[in-house]
Amino acid sequence: MNTLHIEGVGLMAPGLAGWPDGRAVLIGERPYVAEAMPAASAALLPANERRRTTATVKLALHVAQEAILQADIDPSTVPTVLASSGGDSEVVDRICAALILPDRPVSPTHFHHSVHNTPAGYWAIANRCTATSLSLSAYDDSFAAGLMEAAALAWTDRTRVLLVAYDLPLPFPLSERREIVAPFAVALVLNPAPTERRLATLRLERRADQSVSRLDDARLEALRLGNPAARGLPLLWAIAHSTASRVTLSTGESGGLELEIKP
Amino acid sequence: MAIKPLAVAAYTVTNALGRGVAASLAALRRGESGLRPCDFEDAALSTWIGRVAGLEEEPLEDEFAPFDCRNNRLARLGLEQDRFGAAVRAARERHGADRIGIFIGTSTSGIGATEHAYRQRDPVTGRLPDHFDYQHTHNLFSAADFTRRWLALRGVALAVSTACSSSAKAFASAYRHMRAGFCDAAVVGGVDSLCLTTLYGFNALELASSQRCRPWDAGRDGLNVGEAAGFALLEWAEPDDARPLLLGYGESSDAHHMSAAHPEGTSAALAMQQALARAELRSEQVDYINLHGTATPSNDAAEDRAVLRVFGPDTPCSSTKGWTGHTLGAAGITEAAFVWLCLEHALIPGMLNTRRIDPNLGVGVVLDNRERPVRTALSNSFGFGGTNCSLLFGRRGA
Repeated sequence: MNTLHIEGVGLMAPGLAGWPDGRAVLIGERPYVAEAMPAASAALLPANERRRTTATVKLALHVAQEAILQADIDPSTVPTVLASSGGDSEVVDRICAALILPDRPVSPTHFHHSVHNTPAGYWAIANRCTATSLSLSAYDDSFAAGLMEAAALAWTDRTRVLLVAYDLPLPFPLSERREIVAPFAVALVLNPAPTERRLATLRLERRADQSVSRLDDARLEALRLGNPAARGLPLLWAIAHSTASRVTLSTGESGGLELEIKP
Repeated sequence: MAIKPLAVAAYTVTNALGRGVAASLAALRRGESGLRPCDFEDAALSTWIGRVAGLEEEPLEDEFAPFDCRNNRLARLGLEQDRFGAAVRAARERHGADRIGIFIGTSTSGIGATEHAYRQRDPVTGRLPDHFDYQHTHNLFSAADFTRRWLALRGVALAVSTACSSSAKAFASAYRHMRAGFCDAAVVGGVDSLCLTTLYGFNALELASSQRCRPWDAGRDGLNVGEAAGFALLEWAEPDDARPLLLGYGESSDAHHMSAAHPEGTSAALAMQQALARAELRSEQVDYINLHGTATPSNDAAEDRAVLRVFGPDTPCSSTKGWTGHTLGAAGITEAAFVWLCLEHALIPGMLNTRRIDPNLGVGVVLDNRERPVRTALSNSFGFGGTNCSLLFGRRGA
């Protein structure tokens, strides 16, 4: 019960616009250039919902959609795990700004968008998915925490799980107290059972030591350190290279999560 | 096959009823509400709240000073009750500090610290004051990080944040992590504290009542925001375990609307059915349901439909929000603990403040406390984003 098969990958960050593009960068087919990120489409949302959603929701749904399309599976029965350090800080900023105005005019829409599971709710609505969903945070280690929750869910319920990790730069003035250097979102379709859709196989093991995997490319390494969702980049690097390898992700003070990746 | 049950080795709750389990049990028995007219900070709102007294005077100090905010003060206050720390220390000896996971539900964490910092923005530059520490106060992980450090644990740690189902889903996450072998025991909990964001937010949505909340009442007109901390230590159950047991859990998504429950409660029913299925119990074997029961007109109506669908009209049901208010991300652990009190003390709480049951609702509402044995009980927690979680608990020999 410690194996997962990856069936789909979604990716969006400046210079990594989609998994085919990101894969080309990670295997060195072309250099990493942090150009402006294309707008994340939230095409699967109805127009009136799409208007109200924020950049955070659009980014999370965009990569989720890419991973599901690549895996070519029906998302309506797939449980989801969403991992993000801080969620939608744009909404938090607007609420806190409203709270210092006379009469404190907090927008009802901002308030119900302020919950951490807003992207999960929109994903469920867009895909008519009534399966379970869990939104979590583990600060800088949110990606590893999300992967462990997704793995535990996949094994316990013997089901595919869609993992989505995302974080965006915070707006000023919060940006001065929490630096996230660029938007980054990644999604993985994980299956505890092997199928013909398998792109790579993962074995997960908790480890006490913290020899965390890094990236050789200094700019990609800066991105890895600069966004909690990008802490998953060493895993993406291994998937892209299609060679057997080991990757260790930090799980904070509890040590590390070792991933053995097989093509 | 039924899931392997988890035993509640220790637990504690702190809320508007007081500090520790005994204060909650006494207030439940006496029918004394912890609600009061809103007197939080300078909020000018005609609503009632469930405030924990004394937090303003009890800052976190020394190595925990960076964590100082209302939410972590509430967490600390909760962790100090009922000899919970001693129970975790003993578990640390048994399992090892790195084998006990930490799963804390919260919806707003220490956002109050950010609210205060925005009031102190530099008038020229707009910058936040130097003392503001985002990571250790506002960030969602802060309450889990604080709990882990306070209890000197080094296991996997995460904050579950799914609005008002957060600390109910923390149980499901803990169960899965233990099944996966990521930990051997778990501290699950929930901490959510009063803040202007939720008070003014629910006010903006016109979901806050100007009176004491009245779940299932024909005249119900909204919720009262409360605050609470609760923690439980979970271990695999022994044969013939006499402690409260987690027998099943169910989780689902409405896939309907961001802030309104599905009117038919179909997905909420699915969560309850899953909890029964995991426990291999039939609906008629459940002696009591602690409803989510926020007292908003539409939420209670949707939950009523859902419970009727699974249990029919005869299972005794009540919402305890009239005692504590809606403690949001801490509601799951608070009401799980109330269920354990029911299992241990043969009590079915009534529905405080509710007098005239809505004739359009049909579940078996208990208006006044009943003293009778409870062997198996369900707790419901639902939230914004259409998130549903049901926990099924039981006690052998009860």
